Amino acid sequence: MTLDASIRVSRANFSLDVDLTIAPGEVVALLGPNGAGKTTALRALAGLVPGARVRVGESTWDGLPVERRPIGVVFQDYLLFAHMTALDNVAFGLRARGTAKAAANATAATWLDRVGLAGFERAKPRTLSGGQAQRVALARALATAPQLLLLDEPLAALDASTRLKVRADLGRHLRDYPGHTLLVTHDPLDAMVLADRIVILEDGRVVQQGTPAEVVRRPRTDYVAHLVGLNLYRGTAHGTEVSIVDGGSLTVAEPATGSVHVVFPPTAVGLYPEKPAGSPRNTWPVTVSGIERHAHTTRVHLDGTPPVFADVTTATMADLRLEPGDRLWAVLKATEVHTYPS
Amino acid sequence: MTTERATRGRLPVVLVLPALLGLAFLLLPMVGLLVRAPWRTLPARLVGAEVGEALRLSLVCASLATVVCLVLGVPLAWLLARGDLPGRGVLRALVTVPLVLPPVVGGVALLLVLGRRGLVGQHLDAWFGVSLPFTTAGVVVAEAFVAMPFLVISVEGALRAADPRFEEAAATLGASRWLTFRRVTLPSVLPGLVAGTVLCWARALGEFGATITFAGNFPGETTTMPLAVYLALETDPDAAIVLSIVLLVVSVGVLAGLRDRWIRGAT
Repeated sequence: MTLDASIRVSRANFSLDVDLTIAPGEVVALLGPNGAGKTTALRALAGLVPGARVRVGESTWDGLPVERRPIGVVFQDYLLFAHMTALDNVAFGLRARGTAKAAANATAATWLDRVGLAGFERAKPRTLSGGQAQRVALARALATAPQLLLLDEPLAALDASTRLKVRADLGRHLRDYPGHTLLVTHDPLDAMVLADRIVILEDGRVVQQGTPAEVVRRPRTDYVAHLVGLNLYRGTAHGTEVSIVDGGSLTVAEPATGSVHVVFPPTAVGLYPEKPAGSPRNTWPVTVSGIERHAHTTRVHLDGTPPVFADVTTATMADLRLEPGDRLWAVLKATEVHTYPS
Repeated sequence: MTTERATRGRLPVVLVLPALLGLAFLLLPMVGLLVRAPWRTLPARLVGAEVGEALRLSLVCASLATVVCLVLGVPLAWLLARGDLPGRGVLRALVTVPLVLPPVVGGVALLLVLGRRGLVGQHLDAWFGVSLPFTTAGVVVAEAFVAMPFLVISVEGALRAADPRFEEAAATLGASRWLTFRRVTLPSVLPGLVAGTVLCWARALGEFGATITFAGNFPGETTTMPLAVYLALETDPDAAIVLSIVLLVVSVGVLAGLRDRWIRGAT
């Protein structure tokens, strides 16, 4: 049965207005910048703040207090009960919902085994590593077989090396889980890897939704484009020529007409100290405004008409000896530019 | 330490001198008590009926008063910390009134309310034949009245410092507020609860003013240690010293039991 939720929360200087639909077994990621209202939406669905109307099939959750909702929540910092063992933590929900102690402990032990923590039954939360604590939190949330699983930044508290492994494990458990899952995150990679569908939230409103592939290929706002690491412009197309709203124009490979989004990856941009001879169509002068170093590439922020991000290799960086204020020529291959109607 | 002293100069005399005087002022009376104690006759007096009776009565009454404070005070602390009450600040202030009220005044107030002619006391007497003043039960009531704010303040502080999101986590797992309180909240404020209980018990043990006003002075029934000390001072100063030393030992024992970790948990 599909879960339909409409969330309306208003506070001073902030309002949240989101409609969500989650199919059984589906993982929906709510992705957005800090302060977009992601966590508020999650808390409203859980019943921790008022404002969400939830319907699952024929039944509604209107007026149901938190403790009577069929939910499981994994909190950002897990909130494991420090004075209880891992087993008691996982068994807590079952005990609270009336399962006898022996049966609850047996189910909890099975869950600890499923998340790869057999043998940690007696461990206190403070003795667990971040990744282990996250898995106990997941087992605790899933042990009661909830209809709706809510994950609030479940990987944010982990360091980069454990995150990779825990993310993969989490993905496996989410695929096995038959209920509805809502994942709140500000990390696009979590959303891409874990979710079947991404809902992007900005300032309390949904600005885009779709499968991860759709969102990456066709970002609709600067935030989304920046998030997935793409250059995005709005413009008007006349055949293969697109004049960009904020100035400048680009030549594209696929002809189009009317209002369009133009998008291309930063790797499609080449940088040259001199204007290249026999210049290709998309060549324009730019000024370096910022340099971000990543593991294997360097992202260069460039001012110009239009402004653009370019990813260059470490070797290119060494050749060009880039510094903010340097004047360069940007060259873009038309075949790497995609347009889609806005 | 050395580097700090080198960079920040000597400690100023204006502060050090009064500090040392203050320390001496706090410690000297206790030293005096030990110096003047009749050490030779002490063992004999300790096992004497008078001291034993007063000590037993004190311990029993203070413990019962502490139980009363726990049963009533912990829920009150929870209500002040977590209940969404209007005028919570005023309530909190009212709860602390017995803390600053002279105990004698508390005793008078108790008499007016719970006395045989009191607002509540007359009904207690008429309906149940219960009369609290000048009984051992009256001692417990007087001690509980004076000591409860210590427990409430300590537990409430611990509750307010505890992260309420753990209670939210418990709720999402299906726990009612009562279950959450028992299984999640209370264990997390245990250090504060223990500190509050010990303070409450120590205060009840030393209670004098409200007790003598409300419960009077009947040996074996309402004469607790502090009352016995006061009475003995007029007739038998050595006995007063012995009784005082017993109270001092008990108090220091309580402090030792409190240790840092309990105190730290409460603040």
